[in-house]
Amino acid sequence: MSAGTAAAEEGSRPAATVSRWPRPGRRTLVAGLAVAAVGAWLGVRTTGAADSDDAAAFRFFDDVRDWVDAHRDTHPLFRYGVNYLRLAVVEVVGFVQTLLHLLSGPGTIAAVGAVAFLAAGIRTAVLAVAGFLGLGLLGLWEASIDTLALTLAAVVLAVLIGMPLGVLAAHVSPVGAALRPVLDVMQILPTFAYLAPMTLLFSIGEPAAVIATLIYAVPVTVRITELGIRGVSPVAVEAATALGSTRGQVLAKVRLPMARASLALAVNQTIMMALSMVVVTALIDAPGLGQDIVRALERVNVGAAFDAGLAIVLLAVVLDRITTGAARRATVHRSTRTRLIRTGLAAAAVLAVSLIPWGSGHPGYSFAPVVNDLTGWVELHWYDATDALRNAVSAVLLNPLESLLTTTPWWFFVLVVAVFGTLGGGWRSALVAALAAAGIAGLGLWLHAMQTLATVLVATLVTMVLGILSGVLCARHDRFAAALRPILDAAQTMPSFVYLLPAVALFGASRFTAIAAAVIYAVPPVVRLVERGVRDVPAEAVEAARAAGSTPAQLLWKVQLPLARRGLLLAANQGIVMVLAMVVVGGLVGAGALGYDVVAGFAQREDFGKGLAAGFAIVLLGIVLDRLTQGFAKERAS
Amino acid sequence: MRWALITSTTLLLAVAGCGGASSTAGTDAPAAKGTVKIAINPWVGYEANAAVLGYLLEHELGYTVEEKNLKEEVSWQGFETGEVDVIVENWGHDDLKKTYIDEKKVAVDAGPTGNKGIIGWYVPQWMADKYPDITDHTNLNKYAGLFKTSESGGKGQLLDGDPSFVTNDAALVSNLKLNYKVVYSGSEAALIKAAQQATAQQKPLLFYFYEPQWLFAKEKYVRVKLPAYTAGCDADPKKVACDYPDYVLDKIASKKFADTGGPAYQLIKNFTWTNDDQNLVADYLTNQGMDHEQAAEKWVKEHEATWKPWIPS
Repeated sequence: MSAGTAAAEEGSRPAATVSRWPRPGRRTLVAGLAVAAVGAWLGVRTTGAADSDDAAAFRFFDDVRDWVDAHRDTHPLFRYGVNYLRLAVVEVVGFVQTLLHLLSGPGTIAAVGAVAFLAAGIRTAVLAVAGFLGLGLLGLWEASIDTLALTLAAVVLAVLIGMPLGVLAAHVSPVGAALRPVLDVMQILPTFAYLAPMTLLFSIGEPAAVIATLIYAVPVTVRITELGIRGVSPVAVEAATALGSTRGQVLAKVRLPMARASLALAVNQTIMMALSMVVVTALIDAPGLGQDIVRALERVNVGAAFDAGLAIVLLAVVLDRITTGAARRATVHRSTRTRLIRTGLAAAAVLAVSLIPWGSGHPGYSFAPVVNDLTGWVELHWYDATDALRNAVSAVLLNPLESLLTTTPWWFFVLVVAVFGTLGGGWRSALVAALAAAGIAGLGLWLHAMQTLATVLVATLVTMVLGILSGVLCARHDRFAAALRPILDAAQTMPSFVYLLPAVALFGASRFTAIAAAVIYAVPPVVRLVERGVRDVPAEAVEAARAAGSTPAQLLWKVQLPLARRGLLLAANQGIVMVLAMVVVGGLVGAGALGYDVVAGFAQREDFGKGLAAGFAIVLLGIVLDRLTQGFAKERAS
Repeated sequence: MRWALITSTTLLLAVAGCGGASSTAGTDAPAAKGTVKIAINPWVGYEANAAVLGYLLEHELGYTVEEKNLKEEVSWQGFETGEVDVIVENWGHDDLKKTYIDEKKVAVDAGPTGNKGIIGWYVPQWMADKYPDITDHTNLNKYAGLFKTSESGGKGQLLDGDPSFVTNDAALVSNLKLNYKVVYSGSEAALIKAAQQATAQQKPLLFYFYEPQWLFAKEKYVRVKLPAYTAGCDADPKKVACDYPDYVLDKIASKKFADTGGPAYQLIKNFTWTNDDQNLVADYLTNQGMDHEQAAEKWVKEHEATWKPWIPS
């Protein structure tokens, strides 16, 4: 215990301790503590008994469910609160849907083209029209429009709620400080964990889907708005104040217009987040492309999922280009007259195109048969190899790690998190992480949480190895980077769901399937961050090493990677959070543990409480991992 | 745009005038526009029922059909909100019947589908030939080693389906003291794939499965004997130690739809067919690459005598 306290002091005052404890001493301490931890673990390990089916937390959530069920139509909280919220969302969704359905198919395409033209120029307009025509060609027009409507409804709400909050957070520091941890939690929450509470409050259907999407997307709106407003040059604000502007005038005439590019970026990022969540909400009866993907998952039809995934990528690319274009143009000023003329012309064009008849029998060009043939061939010929790979990883990495974690008593785990977290990243983040770990035990899901953790760690390991490899290659070879970029772009816009399918086809129902899907999902951002980190290493350092005669390998190991450490840790942090989200979705395909509990929670009535508790356990696990890695990253940076 | 805003606001105010909103406010009354919302539960036998009913509703009675991909218990919640009009193949669910039919009175029983449902544990035929006594649960522990996989943690694996399916397997394994672990494959398709592999490559597999099921017409699987079912032996889901009952599969409709659905509800109520009928349509859907519309059309063309009596006069 005394070692831990000393470590805590050291962690909180790194600058002061360097002289007292030179680096080697610190390393010895860590090594000593690690040996002590292993020794202690051998003494205290347990048998890893199964979680009870009847923990207090489960019963509590079951009671909450029963109470809500009974009072849905009587209690004032519902009659005047929740139900109105639901109703308001129904109105917004209905409004957006009417708007989209008011236009015919060609009309919608023309309207998207016109918006793209006005906001981002002619090239984006061409891309937008081509993209939306592609949706029609895939035979997924109706589903795509449903998805678009839900996404836009959620984005409208996110902007209406998020931007004022962002402005407030930028102006009133206490509000900003109070919001930060809330936004943190909202961002770590895996999409999956929202669904059961949403159906409890808003029952299944579009309103619940939109609200879940809103919760997922709004933190980004708030954060970027706040950054944008804070970033406005203080000189301009000073000048306006000196000229006698009121606070309201400063906001309306100076801050908001000057932050226009950031605001457009906020909308852009909100749309991207919303689009990925809207697909998951198909599980609670949201219409659209998500339905196609869920159904494909149920039938193990990789081709059908590919089509739907492609449609989502098209939607994402078009929306992204329009909003990025708008962000770039936000600084260009045109006279009101030119703008009016351009808008008028665009509107006229849309009207004209809307009159083109749009037959009901659209031709559908599906990639499904090709993709299915390919998958079938791979399944048949690679079966032994994939089977062997799965069994090897399970036997060598996954199972030993899992039994190590599951046989660790919870209090010992909490202690280890606290001590090593303090050593690595300071006592603040260690305390949060330790409390979160204790919370998991309190929920009564220790065994499942540790099983999930083992899967997450193995997936993160694989992700980091692949990500660092490709990231370094990208940073050193521009051509390789250029070739990889479009693949990374597409991989990041595909909804996580889609990755489950090829993994299921190759590896069957297993934890390894979840790992494979998680790796595909998390590698792209890791590659990006690693590439950025390595490229940001100061050129002088690289030059100096070269001049001293380093080989390329030495340069990499001794200079570039060590100097890019902060970038690498940030990449690990991002990777872990994404892997966790995906491993949980893996509960749909046999990955078991917490993910399964969540799935079962909204599929089986008697498991409701356990499912909700598992959702919270995932959040806590996310906080443990996030705090630890973020703590490390910050510490290394200082 | 402005009038749309004004109408929505007026609507909101109008509802606000009534002193609070109910949890179902804002959802359309079913069948008002001639639309029937059919829940689609995730197994192909269910889809066969839905495909044929949907086809007849659209082509014989002129309704519009909306299919909703939902898990079993989630579909029941849909009765309350108006998201779902009818479930066309229900497996038991006495607890849900009690809640939604007897207590909340938002759903009604729309009669049997004519299908007999069986749930059980199965092994491929070759295993039953090679290990004749494997088909009794008391011998399962002896063979647990055969069923070990990377997922079963040193025990034998019992492969289950979608986590939303009706199952007591976790309780059965622990109450019958079997050295097995239940692993969820996630879907019917994954179960079938595993079963087909087990037969083709002679790999051991113990799995949860059910009838009616098209696969039984193609390959042989043998049911493992569990302690016989007696009425009430499965009352407490955590203490179950007996086999699954034989299910009389039935249809459940929302109260609103039953009251206002007219001919559409009559048709669904009249619908009954055999396991063979269902397996035929399921086979079209799974193995002949047909979608709901095509499969139903083919069956309807060839079985007029079966479906004619369902059409309300």
